[in-house]
Amino acid sequence: MSKSPTTAAEVAKIVNAATHVTAVGGRSKWTFPAADTVTEIDLSQLSGIVAYAPDEYTFTAKANTPLVEIINTLAARQQYLPFDPLLANAGATLGGTVACNTSGSGRLRYGGVRDFILGVRFVDGNGNVLRGGGNVVKNASGFDLPKFMVGSLGRYGIMTEITMKVFPKPAAFGTLVLQFESVAAALQASFALANQPFELDAFDFRHTNGSTTAWIRLGGLPNTLQPRLTRLQTWLQTHTSVQTIDTLLEDAAHWQGINALAFAADSPNVVKIPLPPRKLLHLDEDPAIDLAHYYCAGNVALVTTTDITALGSALTRLGLNGLLLRGTATNPQLGTRHWLPFAQRIKTALDPHQKFLEI
Amino acid sequence: MLTSTFYTQLAEICPGNRCLTRAVDLLPYESDALTAFRATPGAVVLPETEAEVIALVRLCHQAGVPFVARGSGTSLSGGSLPIQDGVVIALNRLNAILKIDPEQRTAVVQPGVINLNISKAVAKHNLYYAPDPSSQSICTIGGNVAFNSGGAHCLKYGMTSNHVLAMRVVLPDGEVVEMGSESVEGMGVGPDLIGMFIGSEGLFGIALEITVRLLPIPEQYRTVLAAYDSLESAGNAVAAVVASGLLPGAMEIMDKLALKAAETAVQAGYPAGAVALLIVELEGEAEQVEHEFAQLIDVIKASGAYEIQVAETAAQRAKIWKGRKGAFSSVGRLSPDYVVQDGVVPRSQLGKALAEIERLSADYGLAVANVFHAGDGNLHPLILYDGRQPGALEHAEAFAGEILKLCIALGGTITGEHGVGMEKRAYMPLLFSETDMDAMYAIRLAVDTKLVANPGKKLPSDEAPALKLHGMHPLEQAGIISRE
Ligand SMILES: Cc1cc2nc3c(=O)[nH]c(=O)nc-3n(C[C@H](O)[C@H](O)[C@H](O)COP(=O)(O)OP(=O)(O)OC[C@H]3O[C@@H](n4cnc5c(N)ncnc54)[C@H](O)[C@@H]3O)c2cc1C
Repeated sequence: MSKSPTTAAEVAKIVNAATHVTAVGGRSKWTFPAADTVTEIDLSQLSGIVAYAPDEYTFTAKANTPLVEIINTLAARQQYLPFDPLLANAGATLGGTVACNTSGSGRLRYGGVRDFILGVRFVDGNGNVLRGGGNVVKNASGFDLPKFMVGSLGRYGIMTEITMKVFPKPAAFGTLVLQFESVAAALQASFALANQPFELDAFDFRHTNGSTTAWIRLGGLPNTLQPRLTRLQTWLQTHTSVQTIDTLLEDAAHWQGINALAFAADSPNVVKIPLPPRKLLHLDEDPAIDLAHYYCAGNVALVTTTDITALGSALTRLGLNGLLLRGTATNPQLGTRHWLPFAQRIKTALDPHQKFLEI
Repeated sequence: MLTSTFYTQLAEICPGNRCLTRAVDLLPYESDALTAFRATPGAVVLPETEAEVIALVRLCHQAGVPFVARGSGTSLSGGSLPIQDGVVIALNRLNAILKIDPEQRTAVVQPGVINLNISKAVAKHNLYYAPDPSSQSICTIGGNVAFNSGGAHCLKYGMTSNHVLAMRVVLPDGEVVEMGSESVEGMGVGPDLIGMFIGSEGLFGIALEITVRLLPIPEQYRTVLAAYDSLESAGNAVAAVVASGLLPGAMEIMDKLALKAAETAVQAGYPAGAVALLIVELEGEAEQVEHEFAQLIDVIKASGAYEIQVAETAAQRAKIWKGRKGAFSSVGRLSPDYVVQDGVVPRSQLGKALAEIERLSADYGLAVANVFHAGDGNLHPLILYDGRQPGALEHAEAFAGEILKLCIALGGTITGEHGVGMEKRAYMPLLFSETDMDAMYAIRLAVDTKLVANPGKKLPSDEAPALKLHGMHPLEQAGIISRE
């Protein structure tokens, strides 16, 4: 059974009437098998930017607004979501981005989804329309429900409207393309850069065909970009084991490719793993992983696998967790989740009748 | 009243002089930096280990005795005010920096670590901990976590919540939970419980161990002072800087009274005679900052500043910030008492809000010093009053209330970083619907079934601490809080 509400109040009504509900957004990520008792709420009607205040660096949009629409609207005012929400061109929505916590490469510079969300309106399992946070960039009143919704996977409520902070978009970007002997060498370079004053917008790397390629992105004023890239290049040549460095000035297509998970195009399963960089090499050598793309200077991995179960066990062994971004599974959450007892309590308050999926 | 059995059990966990019960020993803990409120706890315990903290929480939960975690007691909203006859768990002795990992840019600290001590400890690695409340030389990370504290330099990189990657916490019934990781992605999977815990004002339990992220010390700073002949035009200048697409590290405003106080206290060298002073600081890679600086000067010139000064040396910059960060204390010298408000308005409304506060100040006949985080639209009007005068506190509180209502009316909120605490609970229902409030109560009850963790704070309720005040508090008049 599928319903297409047009307002938060209608969502609430459906939640009230149903035994179990599940919300569906842009369908750019995983799918899971639907059961008969589950009412599917198609959020496609809850779309559109409600308010955009460029001078405040904020906007409010309905949950199912496609990222592309938001990105284009912001770009017209030279603003952006610095965290490069994943799968933007594949139809990902704002609500899906918040629910799955899918920050991309640009997360390195100013933080991820959680660092930019300001307010949220959602329907909880009691069928109440709730609001958390606000429209201003700083707010300490009430519990931080907007942040709580980040990564909540629709298990505590159905978001209908979201307010985000935005930042001015650098007028120019440029990327250094580096070759390293190994993932370990790229990681070492990221460690060496850690206390340097370079302000990197992104630092990704990936090992394919016997060598590791890394991409480091800088953004800023057009007249400063070239000297900054040159300085960084010189520094890398003297302080790291980089083998070659090229400069890519027209770099938008490259980063869009990463955003679209182009490197994983042939793989049915893609998993995002928050990763303390020190654990990177342990993860990297795990046989369950086919290909690993590291971003945020080795703080997050996007891996492909043919064996989700084996990957899940590997993550548990390493004390890590991961989220299936693409693929089919009953539960897209893999690995250890020490925090369940705290989450369970909040679940009890927001969804006492288990209308949504188990956490 | 606490039972003698309970006292014995407390003293078993924290023996000797680590369990304070005599009136004279309890006195220093009777209030926080919102000194108008006082309450006497039944005991103050000084645990030295995490295990002791957990044992104390379990004991309180089991006995149904309310507890308040306490860092340095610098809360400005009554957050660390004791519960009458409850237990204060003072965490200052859990003050170890457990691990510094310069390559991962993380540090693992205990909750009693002083904010500034992290930056001091990691400076040798050319790193620092970004959130910088003005109280950073005394306040603790545990307190910062409870309030999601901010500071002058939170415009670009955010508040406490944006810098915590992992935490171990003891929930109000003694269950210990780990969340997050040493990745900058923190939680990564699952709802952002770190975000949920931070800013919960002690209602979700006690943070035992906190992993923070560190940043490289910026290569270059450019600190500009711009003097204006009205607060409104300084406020409008902030909006102009933001609209120009610049992203400064800090944008602060001080008004005449705050300037006078700061100047007397630290001789910061602020332009003489300014009605309002705007401090804007750019930070980052040298090349980039120099070009942004040229842009900034153009914007400031066009904004009607009558004098512009630029810090030429690191010493000058330090002085400017010393004056700014010491402003609350300096203003404290001008008046026997003050209350400070913490409302937020959209940046474009700053000019309007400041003009309105000026008008209210005249109406109420109470002087106001403004010194605040203008870039975030976060106001800090300090309302000066003399608590020895009958009714003066109530008068000041009424004024403060009008400011909060003004912030809400302008599309903002009642607190940006000081928390709701005791002080602003009554205004929560103006901001949130009844349904929203009910949901917050339900969440709180689900996390703390016996309501033992800092009851009476953040959410309006009748489980308020007893108060010793000079007169009737407006919340009392409204029947929201009561005294024994
Ligand atoms: C002069 C002055 C300037 C200030 N400037 C700023 C500023 O610029 N920005 C700003 O944000 N604030 C500022 N403050 C307010 C205050 O310093 C902050 O709120 C600070 O975070 C409080 O830290 P504390 O250690 O003193 O905490 P306390 O006051 O002891 O406690 C504050 C709250 O934290 C809870 N708590 C303490 N430790 C823990 C723990 N481990 N786990 C869970 N809860 C805990 C307490 O129960 C209480 O609710 C200022 C205060 C003063 C007096």
